[in-house]
Amino acid sequence: MILSRKELLGLTILATLILVILPLSLDIFRLNLVGKYLTYAFVALGLVLCWGYGGILSLGQGIFFGLGGYCMAMFLKLEASSVENTKIQSTPGIPDFMDWNQITALPWFWEPFRSLPLTLILVILVPVALAFILGFAMFTRRVGGTYFAIITQAVAAILTILIVGQQGYTGGINGITDLRTLLGWDIRTDNAKLILYFVNGLLLIGCLLLAFFVKHSKFGRILVAMRDKEDRVRFSGYNVSNFKIFVFCLAAAISGIGGAMFALQVGFMSPSFVGIVPSIEMVIYTAVGGRLSILGAVYGTLLVNWAKTSFSETFPELWLLGLGGLFIAVVLAFPNGLAGIYGSYIEPAIKRFLRKKSDLMPSGTLPQGSPAE
Amino acid sequence: MADETERGLESSLRRKLLMGMAAIPAIALMPKFALGAGPATAEVNTTGLAVTDDEVTVGILHSITGTMAISETGSVQAEKLAIEQINAAGGVLGRKIKFIQEDGASDWPTFAEKAKKLLVNDKCASVMGCWTSASRKAVLPVFEQYNGMLYYPTFYEGLEQSKNVIYTGQEATQQIIAGLDWVNKEKSAKTFYLLGSDYIWPRTSNKIARKHIENHLEGGEVVGEEYFPLGHTQFNSVINKIKLKKPDVIYAIIVGGSNVAFYKQLKAAGIDMSKQTLLTISVTEDEIDGIGGDNIAGAYACMKYFQSLDNENNKEFVTEFKKMWGEKTVIGDVTQAAYLGPFLWKLAVEKAGSFDVDKVAAASPGIEFTKAPEGYVKIHENHHLWSKTRVGLAQADGQYKVVFETADLVEPDPFPEGYQ
Repeated sequence: MILSRKELLGLTILATLILVILPLSLDIFRLNLVGKYLTYAFVALGLVLCWGYGGILSLGQGIFFGLGGYCMAMFLKLEASSVENTKIQSTPGIPDFMDWNQITALPWFWEPFRSLPLTLILVILVPVALAFILGFAMFTRRVGGTYFAIITQAVAAILTILIVGQQGYTGGINGITDLRTLLGWDIRTDNAKLILYFVNGLLLIGCLLLAFFVKHSKFGRILVAMRDKEDRVRFSGYNVSNFKIFVFCLAAAISGIGGAMFALQVGFMSPSFVGIVPSIEMVIYTAVGGRLSILGAVYGTLLVNWAKTSFSETFPELWLLGLGGLFIAVVLAFPNGLAGIYGSYIEPAIKRFLRKKSDLMPSGTLPQGSPAE
Repeated sequence: MADETERGLESSLRRKLLMGMAAIPAIALMPKFALGAGPATAEVNTTGLAVTDDEVTVGILHSITGTMAISETGSVQAEKLAIEQINAAGGVLGRKIKFIQEDGASDWPTFAEKAKKLLVNDKCASVMGCWTSASRKAVLPVFEQYNGMLYYPTFYEGLEQSKNVIYTGQEATQQIIAGLDWVNKEKSAKTFYLLGSDYIWPRTSNKIARKHIENHLEGGEVVGEEYFPLGHTQFNSVINKIKLKKPDVIYAIIVGGSNVAFYKQLKAAGIDMSKQTLLTISVTEDEIDGIGGDNIAGAYACMKYFQSLDNENNKEFVTEFKKMWGEKTVIGDVTQAAYLGPFLWKLAVEKAGSFDVDKVAAASPGIEFTKAPEGYVKIHENHHLWSKTRVGLAQADGQYKVVFETADLVEPDPFPEGYQ
C-alpha cells in the first residue's frame, strides 16, 4: 500500500479540487491561470522531496524547470517555424530570432527537437543529466548545506546569463515566443487549453503518487535518516552521496515535466524562469505549503500564486507589499506552513468531531495517523 | 485588506448591475443621438468590447513594480494625462474613457497573463502598454489571438509589424541613421566604437549602425563593438580600450541602471565629453535624472523628442504634465510617445466610426495628429509613425539642448533593406 488512509483522503480531495471543482467553477481564462500555477507545483513537489525529506536545499530548481520548458519550447518553435510560416525571413525555416541574429542554419543542438518522442525524453533527460553532474560533483565531495544552496544559485545565474548572452541560439532575454501548434494541433484555442489543463492535472497527480511512493519506501526512510544524522547513516554502511544524487535527480525530473507543461500552456518560455528570483520563489511556495507536506506543496503554490494575481489585479500599486505581508505572516505564525495549520488546528478539530460520532457509534473506526515523520 | 477587497468587488458588481439596468430603459427610450451622446452602442461595437452608452474601457499595462518601474512610470503618467484630457474634451464617440490598470511587474510572462486578462476578461477596446521588447514579444501572440489593439510607446529594434499594434515610438532606422549622418557631417566622425547592453534592441541597433557606418559613411569604420549584461556596472576595461583606440565617436546603447555606472566611470577616467564625442540613443531625460546632469553633460543623444523642444504643443504638454504629476517630473522621449497612444486611438476610432478592433486597425494608416508635443505625426501603412529625428546636447541641468532636427518627417522602415 503506497498511501495511508489519511493520505488517500487528502489526495482524493486535492484530485477532486483540481479535476472537478476548479474546471466547473472557473472560466477558461482563470482555469488556464490555475494550470500555469500547477506547473510550478511540480517544482515545489520536487523541493519537498529533496529539501523537506532529503535536507538538500536547492535554490536553483528554476534551472530544471527552465530546461524542461526550453526543451518543449524548442520543439514547438521548430514546428511554428516551418518554411511556409517564415517566408519573409532571409533564411526561411529557422526560428525568427535566429534570422534576426544572422544565423543561417539551424544549430546542431536544435536538431533533436524536430522529433516529439525525442523531445519528450529530453524534457526529462536534460534536467536529470545536469542534476546528476551537479550532484555528483557536490555530494561525492560531501559539499552540503549552505554551500550547496549557494552553488545551485550560482548555476542558476550562470544559465540565465548563458541563455541571455547566446540570443541567436536561445532567443535571449525575449525567450522563445509565439508557440502555436503541437503536431498540427493548435494549442492556443480554449479547447486545447482545457485538454492541456487536464493532462497537466493528471501528470501532477501521477507525480504526487510517485512522491508518496518514495516517502513510504525504504529509500524515503533513509532520506529522512540522512537529513537528521548523516554520519550515522554513513557509518551504517549506506552510500549517502548516491542517495542524495538520486533524490536531487528525481526532483529535477519532476521540475522538468512542470517546465514542459508550462511551455505548452503559456505558449512561451523565457529566461525569467531560470534565474535566481524564480528559483527562490519556488522555495517560498514549498515553505508556505509546509516543506514536509507533499500535498501542501500544491496548496502552497496555488495560494501564493492566487494571492499574487488577485492582489496585483486589485491593488496594482501596492500588491508587492500585500504579498510580502502574507509571507511574513506565514513564517511568523505558522512555521510549518499550511500543512502546519492543518496539523495543529484543523485535524484535531476533525478528530474531536469524529470521536463524538464514534462515541455514538461504537463500531466506527478512528482514522489512523500516518507513520511518524 | 480582505474586507476592502470584498467591498471593492461588491461595489464594482453593483455598479455593473446598475449600469446594466440603466442601459435597458436607456436603449428603449433614447433617440439615437440624444443628449449629444455618440451613436448607439450596438452600431459602434459589434464585437462585444467593453463599451456602454457613456463609457469605453481601455487598459494600461506597464511595470509599476520591479526593475523597469523607473522607466515605465513616465509612460503610465502620460497615458493617464492623455485620457483625462480626452475625457475633458468630451471623450471618444461621446463616451468617456475608463481605464483599467494592470502591473506587468517587469516580468514578461506576467505581461502576457495581464494582457490576456485585459482582453478576455475586461474586453478592453485598446491597451496602452509595454516598454521592453521582451514584454512586447510576450504579449504579441495574445493580442493577435484575441484580436486586441496595443499602443506601444518605446523606440525599438524594428523587424516587426502587426495589425494589432501601433508603434508610437521610433523603429531603429528612424533613430539611428539621421544621427550617424549628422555626427559624420558635423564632427567629421569616421571611427566608431559601438557599445550596448546585451539584448535584442542594442544588438539589432548596432547592427544597423554598423551597416550604415561601413556602407554609407565615407571612410566610416567600426573600431570596436562590445556588449554587457543588463545591470552590469564595471566598465573600466572597456573604457581603457576606448582610450587606446581613440574613436571619433563612442556610440552607446546602454540601458537602465548600468548607465549610472557607465557615465560616472567615463568621467572618472578623465574622458572629457567636450573633446570626445559620445552619441547615445538610450539616454532620455528620465535616465539623466539617475545619472546626474554633471556626469553626462556634453554627450549627444538622438531621439525624436526632448522636453526642451520649443513649440506651442510641447509647452502646453509640459505644463499640463507637471501640473498633474508635480514640478519635479521630467519627460523623456518614450513618455511623449506614450502620450500619443490614446489620442491616436481616439482619432482612429472616430475615423472608423466604430470601436471594433478590425475597423480601428484599418482606419489607422493615414491618421494625422497635429497636437503632438513632438510636432506633427502621421501613422504609416506599416503601423509605425512618421516622425522627425533630433539630436540633443546634454546639459548639466539634466535637459537636452536641441542642436539638429531633420527637415522632414522620417519614414518608418521596420524591415530595412540592406541593413539586415
